Amino acid sequence: MQNEKIPFKNPFSLQVDPELFKPATEEEKAQQIQTRESVSFMKDALRRLGHNRIAMACIVVILLIALIAFIVPEFYPYTYTKQDVSAKYLAPFHYSAKEQAKIDKGVSIFPHIMGTDALGRDYAIRVIYGTRISLLVGIFSALIVILVGIIYGSISGYFGGRVDNIMMRIVDIIYALPDVLIVILLSVAIKDIVSTSKNVLITKLGAGMVSIFIVFGLLYWVGMARQVRGQILSIKEQEYVLASRSIGASAARIIRKHMIPNCVSVIIIVAAMQIPSAIFTESFLSFLGLGVSIPMPSLGSLASDARAGLNSYPFLLIYPAMSIFMIVLSFNLLGNGLRDAFDPKLRS
Amino acid sequence: MNSKFLVYMLKRLGMALLTIFLVIAITFFVMHAIPASPFSSEKAKSDAVIKALEIKYGFDKPLGVQFMNYLWGVLHFDFGLSTAWVGFTVSGLIVNAFGYSASIGFSAALIAIILGVLFGCLAALNRGRWPDKIIQVVTTALVSMPSFVVATLLLLTFSYVWKVLPSMGTQPGGMVMPILSLSLYPMAYITRLQRSSMLDVLSADYIRTARAKGVKSSKVIYKHALKNALTPVITYAGPMMAYILTGSMVVENIFSVPGLGRLFTNSMLRTDYMMIMGVTIFLAAMIILMNFLSDVLYKVMDPRIDLA
Repeated sequence: MQNEKIPFKNPFSLQVDPELFKPATEEEKAQQIQTRESVSFMKDALRRLGHNRIAMACIVVILLIALIAFIVPEFYPYTYTKQDVSAKYLAPFHYSAKEQAKIDKGVSIFPHIMGTDALGRDYAIRVIYGTRISLLVGIFSALIVILVGIIYGSISGYFGGRVDNIMMRIVDIIYALPDVLIVILLSVAIKDIVSTSKNVLITKLGAGMVSIFIVFGLLYWVGMARQVRGQILSIKEQEYVLASRSIGASAARIIRKHMIPNCVSVIIIVAAMQIPSAIFTESFLSFLGLGVSIPMPSLGSLASDARAGLNSYPFLLIYPAMSIFMIVLSFNLLGNGLRDAFDPKLRS
Repeated sequence: MNSKFLVYMLKRLGMALLTIFLVIAITFFVMHAIPASPFSSEKAKSDAVIKALEIKYGFDKPLGVQFMNYLWGVLHFDFGLSTAWVGFTVSGLIVNAFGYSASIGFSAALIAIILGVLFGCLAALNRGRWPDKIIQVVTTALVSMPSFVVATLLLLTFSYVWKVLPSMGTQPGGMVMPILSLSLYPMAYITRLQRSSMLDVLSADYIRTARAKGVKSSKVIYKHALKNALTPVITYAGPMMAYILTGSMVVENIFSVPGLGRLFTNSMLRTDYMMIMGVTIFLAAMIILMNFLSDVLYKVMDPRIDLA
């Protein structure tokens, strides 16, 4: 409609609309200034993660679980070892006859939130300790994997050629070893050594835990090493690395300053995927009786013990099962969120 | 098959055999590093008896000789004598137990692959709609549950609450729950794998071409898409084998199935080192061979892959 009102203009006409050539007002000038500052990759990824509601919920859940697992035992009135034969198999929020008598006298007694187990131990604190073990295993194994994997992968990728060839053959062989079987084998083998060890920490952790950490240090880093190596191989060819090398930067400096920061996304994604598998392995070993030493509880050993009275006391299974499910689910979903945030190419 | 493929296959086979040899070596030397004698934990025996036993089992020879003897035995499927089950050979016990584990594991793998591929395709073809959403939620939950949680929860629901299935694996119908509990995790994993690879393939150019030239929708999906989307699932065969074999240790214990997994955990409880070594090597060899097969099959299915 408006077009019809505009008169036909000769394409060769020099007549121009002077309105278009007025100097800009201050306000218009201000609009042209770029107010958006440059966003680093890390910031961008974190922003994307922040928009992922599921991932954020998982972070909250994990933090909440961690908070409970590490703070509650400090002031909880029961310990995970204290047995009370008169309070066997109490249902949640029930009291034994002895405790009931005390309550009648006016003494306040902290309720057994999750009941008690076959030996009359408060179940809530045992589940909390088990959760703590799971979280510790997950986080420490991720740290081991990150440390070994980065060092190995970056050396292999950076030097390339024959060094890379040999190092990657070793990785191939380790990759092919059935890791769970080796964990089992090691924990059987070092059970003796652990039980006679003078070191308090080692005896407290138990054969399974020690062997898990050994095996993670020996075997599990290969996935990380492969990813880091692949990333480094491609970064190595970039111009800025060449520039850095031409002004005489050392290999260590190039790896530290250029390679690793560019590998961060891969590292974060692989590490996040490692945590659930570590937690699985620990609970699996504890379920078979190879994990933490008695009386230290683990979610796997709690579930295993619960089998004895499963018919009458199913809650003894439900609590540790729910706990491990929540932890692994949160880490899995967070891992997916991190992958989406840090690797936009992989987004489905 | 061209010669390049043959070379690749031989290389992979050599690699697999080397890995099996390494497993044997690791197993042997780790178990021999244990200070305690396999006979000391049993009822108190006199030194003379222990000595006689050690000679009988060949533990008195130097370690290198023992290793060569053991290796020679393994090559002939002879893992020595069991120390806990007196009078039985390790290989005999393994063969006995293997039947149970194989039938459970095979059924579980079959169910996992068929249902996994089916659900994966269903999710991919209905991307973003309710079937996809339901499948996504269920599979995410399933891959977050360890085998012992799945197995004990199944036991609780079907045997104790509803009382429809027996709790013992040897009773009629008792194999249903062990198979189910072993198949759920790989099924969920395959579903996710199949979904994402199907989505990848469906957006490929040749699918668009096929659609554009008027190929029937069902033919596009089955002939063009599904066939190409299946290859990533094949690579999961090795890890699935590892999962099912180690998972069977838990599941066979929970449902009292006299299979390999139960044999393994029992020999750990009774510190029967010869059994532990034998079963570890046997299971490891199966996992490694499965990895090898899936690798080769992968290359056969998808000739585009570079034979590096």
